[in-house]
Amino acid sequence: MFNIVLKPIVIAQQSLEGLEKPVVEAAEKVAQVVSWPQFSNFGYLVASVLFILGIKGLTHPRTAVRGNLLGATGMLIAVLVTLVGGHVSWPVAIAGIAVGTAAGTWFANTVQMTQMPQLVALFNGFGGIASVLVAGAEVLREAPSTGNVAVAGLAAGLAGLIGSVTFTGSLVAAGKLQELPQFRKPFSFPGQQIINAVLVAVSLLLCLNMMDGSGVEYILLTIIALILGVFLVTPIGGADMPVVIALLNSYSGLAASAAGFVINNNVLIVAGALVGASGIILTNIMCKAMNRSLLNVLFAKFEPSADGPSDDEVYAGKIKSTSPEEVAMLLDGVQRVVVVPGYGLAVAQAQHIVRELATLLEAEGVTVEYAIHPVAGRMPGHMNVLLAEADVPYDQLKEMDEINPTFSQCDVAIVIGANDVVNPVANTDPSSPIAGMPILNVSDARTVVVVKRSLSPGFAGIPNPLFAADNCLMLFGDAKQAMMDLVAAMKDS
Amino acid sequence: MDIITGLTIFVLAVFVGVEVITKVPPTLHTPLMSGSNAISGITLVGALLAGEGVLGGILGFLAIVFATTNVIGGFLVTHRMLSMFKKKK
Repeated sequence: MFNIVLKPIVIAQQSLEGLEKPVVEAAEKVAQVVSWPQFSNFGYLVASVLFILGIKGLTHPRTAVRGNLLGATGMLIAVLVTLVGGHVSWPVAIAGIAVGTAAGTWFANTVQMTQMPQLVALFNGFGGIASVLVAGAEVLREAPSTGNVAVAGLAAGLAGLIGSVTFTGSLVAAGKLQELPQFRKPFSFPGQQIINAVLVAVSLLLCLNMMDGSGVEYILLTIIALILGVFLVTPIGGADMPVVIALLNSYSGLAASAAGFVINNNVLIVAGALVGASGIILTNIMCKAMNRSLLNVLFAKFEPSADGPSDDEVYAGKIKSTSPEEVAMLLDGVQRVVVVPGYGLAVAQAQHIVRELATLLEAEGVTVEYAIHPVAGRMPGHMNVLLAEADVPYDQLKEMDEINPTFSQCDVAIVIGANDVVNPVANTDPSSPIAGMPILNVSDARTVVVVKRSLSPGFAGIPNPLFAADNCLMLFGDAKQAMMDLVAAMKDS
Repeated sequence: MDIITGLTIFVLAVFVGVEVITKVPPTLHTPLMSGSNAISGITLVGALLAGEGVLGGILGFLAIVFATTNVIGGFLVTHRMLSMFKKKK
């Protein structure tokens, strides 16, 4: 009995003794070649590769979930390598991670999909302020860490500047998107742009000074930059928020990259550069979709032209109002219907009932598609998310360039809560504020049904001649109620 | 690491980023933004290394909280969005 138990152990021990020497020798050899800092840098390399693969996964809906998981794995590896290898203060690290995890989980689980832009703006701000604090802690360090002191100082200045602008700018953007009363109106005062220019110049000078700088200069710099962030975003109107969020997203990445130069860490530089690139590309796409330059968005006001035609001239006597029953009859026997959703649809939570209408139509053999304007919603691609939430299959979501040539083969186009993005004035009137803005050519459809509460103008503040067109019918009412009535009428017939 | 090495890494990463990101379809632009936003929380690594002394410790702690919120919240909310795209095939 005793032997049966002991014998394998003895054998195992003997074989281990035999193994021990080569293993230890091998480990020593590895240790000679690879030091711990090198090993943790290797971990950071793996993390960087995972971030790139993660974003690559987002190039297709099928691989997107895996891509996001790859990115998260990269982050986990980067954090673990840091925890094990760095000189980390464990109580601070554990407490901070616990609080942040709780907060992040709460935000992610409670946010509504219509509020997604606010949340992204808020998180941008958090990333920005974290970079400010990291650079700040480094500046305060008595003995600066390795590397070139001047470079680290300059990078710290940039991290403080970009991070602070990102932080307050994002908070203001989030406030505007949440439609908090304090931020409802674009706020500006005379000479604001000159003051902003002075603030930028002073903070850049302070950045240069940071090369042999002190904590005092850093604090001064961050205070100025925090004010600058507020001043830069308050004058920008709600319609331009997609651009602002994309730009702030880019900034949060650049701040992280700058923090990477401060602490001499490659993974921060790489990850920050990726985010910076992503943000600037999306900024560019949004600007193109509105036919405006970035400078125009940032520094010019989007004012309705005073000399354009008034509502009465455009609408008087030409508006044809319709009823859900009439639209239901209209939809009887059609072949192709295109739904044009606007943010009004999302706010009214009408996407689910629209989906029900589509199911009814599809059951009768009708092709249903959705025309998505790039700036529909409050951030790039926001409308796609809102429709995906209502189980709309993503292959029915058509981008503007794809669907525009096909409107002439469309029996009925149903415009719900969208206004400026279907205004033909963009193509016809070079003096209009939206002149040249690419629009959805819904007026090419045989019949257009516009679901809207009233004839009130959109963000651009100009009347829409589409509503007065011969082939256009207005279905006045709340998006959700109108669609519910329409679905009921379809079921009755 | 000298400044030129750092800049080399930065510039090459920007080019990789541009190449990869321009291929993301508009349908996925919002998840891209919230996902890349989560990645910008990489500052967490810097935050973990930041604390030294009392003031450094406080700054480090705050940085860890903000960065972790950004990271965890960003990845989770992206996952939530993407599962909606996945549901219907």
